[in-house]
This record gives sequence, C-alpha cells and structure tokens, in this order.
Amino acid sequence: MTQANETAVRQSAERARAPAPDLAIATYGLRKVFGDKVAVRGLTLEVPRGEVFGFLGPNGAGKSTSVKMLLGLVSPSRGQAIVLGQPAGDVRTRAKIGFLPEHFRFYDWLTGAELLRLHGQLYGMSRSGLRQKILELLELVRLTQHADKNLRDFSKGMLQRIGLAQALLNDPELIFLDEPTSGLDPGGRRVVRDIIKAQRERGATVLLNSHLLSEVEVTCDRVAFIKHGEVIETRELKNLLEEQTTVRVRAANLTAEMAAGVQKWASGVSLEDHQLTFTVSSREVLPQVLRYLVAGCADVYEFTPQHLSLEDRFLEIVGSDGGL
Amino acid sequence: MGLWIMAGVTFREAARKKVLWMALAAGLAFLALFTTGLHYQIRDLAARRMNPILLKQVPGAMLMVGLYAIDLLTVVMTVLVAVDTLSGEISSGTIQAIATKPLPRYQIVLGKWLGFIVMMTAYLGLLVGGINAITYVMAHVTARNVGQGFALMWLESVLLLSVTLFFGTHYSTLTNGVLALGLVGLAFLGGWIEQIGAVTNTPSAVNVGIVASLIMPSEALWRRAANDMQSPLANVINFSPFSSVSLPSSAMVMYAGLYTALALVFAIRRFSKRDL
Repeated sequence: MTQANETAVRQSAERARAPAPDLAIATYGLRKVFGDKVAVRGLTLEVPRGEVFGFLGPNGAGKSTSVKMLLGLVSPSRGQAIVLGQPAGDVRTRAKIGFLPEHFRFYDWLTGAELLRLHGQLYGMSRSGLRQKILELLELVRLTQHADKNLRDFSKGMLQRIGLAQALLNDPELIFLDEPTSGLDPGGRRVVRDIIKAQRERGATVLLNSHLLSEVEVTCDRVAFIKHGEVIETRELKNLLEEQTTVRVRAANLTAEMAAGVQKWASGVSLEDHQLTFTVSSREVLPQVLRYLVAGCADVYEFTPQHLSLEDRFLEIVGSDGGL
Repeated sequence: MGLWIMAGVTFREAARKKVLWMALAAGLAFLALFTTGLHYQIRDLAARRMNPILLKQVPGAMLMVGLYAIDLLTVVMTVLVAVDTLSGEISSGTIQAIATKPLPRYQIVLGKWLGFIVMMTAYLGLLVGGINAITYVMAHVTARNVGQGFALMWLESVLLLSVTLFFGTHYSTLTNGVLALGLVGLAFLGGWIEQIGAVTNTPSAVNVGIVASLIMPSEALWRRAANDMQSPLANVINFSPFSSVSLPSSAMVMYAGLYTALALVFAIRRFSKRDL
C-alpha cells in the first residue's frame, strides 16, 4: 500500500469512527469471509450525500456482498460501516433507505399494487399517503395498467421495474440499486436512467452497482473500482473520462521534427504516412497542439480526439482477468 | 406493527395460494366421511339392540379415532404449510426486500409464527368442534374435557410449527421438511415402544420411549390429550390405541411447552444473526 493510500485509509477510519454528516456511506476495512473464501477483503469507501456513486468491478469482486453489509443483511467479519450517520443495519435508519436487490423476487401471488402497499406498510406509511404514492410510482415505472396483475404474470423487466418502485416508496435519502437494468429492454433502461437523475435532483444519494458500464457512464458522478474485494481506485467520472485523450491527426506536410515537437504536450507520439497519433493528459492543450501544427505548415484535414469509454478505463484499471 | 403486517401476509399467502382452502376442503371431506361411517355404525348397532352403555362406547371410540386423525392431519398440515416460509424465502432472496425495511428481524419470524397459529387454531377448532358436534347430534356423545384435549393438541401443532421455523432458519426447505416430519415419526414410534414396554413390564423399552419423547414430545402430548378426552371405561382397557399404560406426566407437558418456547426463541435468534 502506498503512503497516499495509507493516509486515505487512516483518514477514512477516523471519519468512520466519528461519522461526518456530509457522508451517506463511510466504511473502513470492511471484510467478509465465508468459510475459507474471502468475499470482501477490506472495503474502505466514502460516499458523499447527494451523489450518484457507481460501484464497478468484475464478477465475484465482492460488490453485492459489500452492498449487503451496508444494508445489514450480512454481518461483516471485520471493519466498520456507517450509513447515514448510523452503524449499518440500524433499524430506524432503514426507514430512510431504499433497496432494489440484484434479482428482485417477491411473493408472486401479490399484484403489483399490493406489493407496493405491503412495502409501504412496512415503511410505516399512512394509508392515504401510500395510496397516492403507489399511483405516482406505478406511473413512473410505467406499470399503471398492470397494477392489478399478479407478479407471477409479470415479465422479468416488469418485475425489475416494480422492484424499483418499491425502493422509492419512502422517498429515501439513500438508494441502493443492485443491477437495476438487468433484464430491461432499452426503453426500460431509459426509465431507470431518468429515475436515477430525478433522485439526484431530489438530493438523494444513489449507490449504483451495475455491470452495464454505459449506464454508469451516463448516470454516475463518481465511481469506485473494486477488485478482489478492495477498492482499487475511486474517481470522479467526468475527470476519469476526460483525461488521457488520444488524438488522431490526418494532415499533409507532417515531418518527424514536427512530431517530436508535439511531445512537449503529449506522449505516445507516432507518425505514419500522413497520420499523426498522440495522447494528452488534458484536453485543454489540444488548441495549442493544433496551432503548433498549422504554424509548422502542416495542412490539417482531420484533428479527432478519440473518446475513451468507461469500458476502456475499466479494463485499464481493473484489468481483464476477472475477479476472485 | 411490522409483526401484525407479517402475520397478515402469512395468512393471506395461505389463502391466496389456495393452501388454506384445500386444507379446509380436506377437513370437510374428512368430517363428511366420519359422518357417513358413524351413521351406518349407529344404524347397525341400533338394529342389533345392543346394551345402551356399549352403544355409547362405539361412537366414543370412533370419536377418538377421528380426533387422532385430526391431530395427525393438523400436525402434518402445519409442517407442510410452514416448511418453506423462511428457508424458501432465504434461498430465493425474497426475504431481502423485507429484511431491509425498518422492522427488527424478530418481528418477521414472530409475525409468521402468529399468522400460522391463527390458521392452525381455526383449522383445529373447526375439526375438533365439528367432529364433537357430529357425534353429539348423532349419538349424544362428546369427548370428555374437550377444552383440555384441544389445548394439548394445539400445543402439539405449535410445537411442530416452532421446530419447523427453527429448522427453516438453518436448512433448506427439503431438509427442513425431512427433519420435522422425521421427528414426528420418531416421537410416534417412541410412544408405541413406551406403551408396549409398559404392558410387557420392560423398563428399558419404557425409557427408550421417554427418551424419544424428550427428543420430540409431540406424541406424548397426543397421548395425554387422548387420555383426557376418552371415556373412563376406554381408559381402563389397557393397550387400546388411545389408552396410556405409561401416561405422560404433567412435567412432560411442561417440558413440551418449554421446548416450544425455546424452539421459537432459537429460531428468532438464529434468524436475527444469520446472513441473508
């Protein structure tokens, strides 16, 4: 562990012991062992309130177990987790939390509306408030016309959407969404995306655990990369995607001297025929590079920054060797 | 509050899944069969101009057979209805959406327990009340100490319910069912070994029966209930199916009560601590 990492862990531990009000989630060295299998090695994490936070990692990285520990479904073998200022699993705090499990299953003999009513009752909501809320949520997840249908007759996507509705019943301060778009068609995924955005605008914190990196890319403020049950990196998504831009230039009159000059701003410079490729760590230098090339009498036909997707970043940071 | 919601859901689940109605239909079919059998028996005995005392003993014996069938039916129904409730919901993940709501976990177990008890009590009450009403109307015979007998039969089913919930917090549905019904079988066999041992004056066999009753006191509760409910004359005839040569003591009844309470407490404790 580097010195910077050690400092971060120490600071996080101090904050976990004295929970900061601005944090929705703070964990320190959270560990879970099942028999001889280490599911989560030592999760140290801070999620500020009001953020949509992505939890990324390969299969078996310990994401779902971590979420279960934060919800009090699974007891940690070691470490500490503070959720909304209280130890994870605190019964009263659960009234402020919404949760959509990875594979939402519920009593299939209930209708969609009955399921929401039951969960609303478990949240202790009043009858009149609940009635109105159920109508709103059914509309939100586009299931109004299926309200009186038994869950056993729901498709996988419909089950996922009614599960999402139950996670929003209590206008939660913190929402855990474990693979919310699994089983959804593009229309359903769009609905989920819009809901997450609306929750952020409402001021709620969302912890999104998803394999669909394209979903994470358009919804999250920050992401944590998990591997072997540890956070290996936490980054602001905007910065993560904007840094390390590769640029492809197609131009006439490009010379080796000109390419060497580009190294002042960029790395990985290569020149082949009429094509120059280089990588910059900040997009802000691109106008300077372009001016330099034009001033050097290059006839520029194309100057294209290549967009690196979150998937590229994910593979770069986590690697492609899978999880545990 | 969460406790009553869970009790209500448990009751509604049985009704919605038609388990309740099927059990009710089976119970009514049982009562209809009993009525038919008793009708022909009474008609035959009346035609033979039998001794009036004996005339009462035969419907009384049939009543005891009926009560024994009701006891067995209720115990098996209780185990079958409750066997999947915790283990199934844990393995399918259904429990996760409930256990993350603001209610302590003990309320989930206790709520389900109460829901099943309401169902089982209504079922047992209907059958015990029904069969006594039938024998009274047709032969002016009812069981003695019906309230006491009913309480013991009720405790037997509550005992099995609590044990089933306890196993449900540890094992899969199938293992849970095998264990719960296996214990009922063990208690049944142990009860008979104890009776035969008492008749043949074999203390070791009696002790084997007592140990079986300590492992699962359900059969002991039935034998005590049968002894309380059947006529004094039938009780005198040793080695009838429902007379107890070796009668389970009040201490055994108290032990069964304690066993029930501990099974429930351990079920709650285990469910509250386990990973879901």
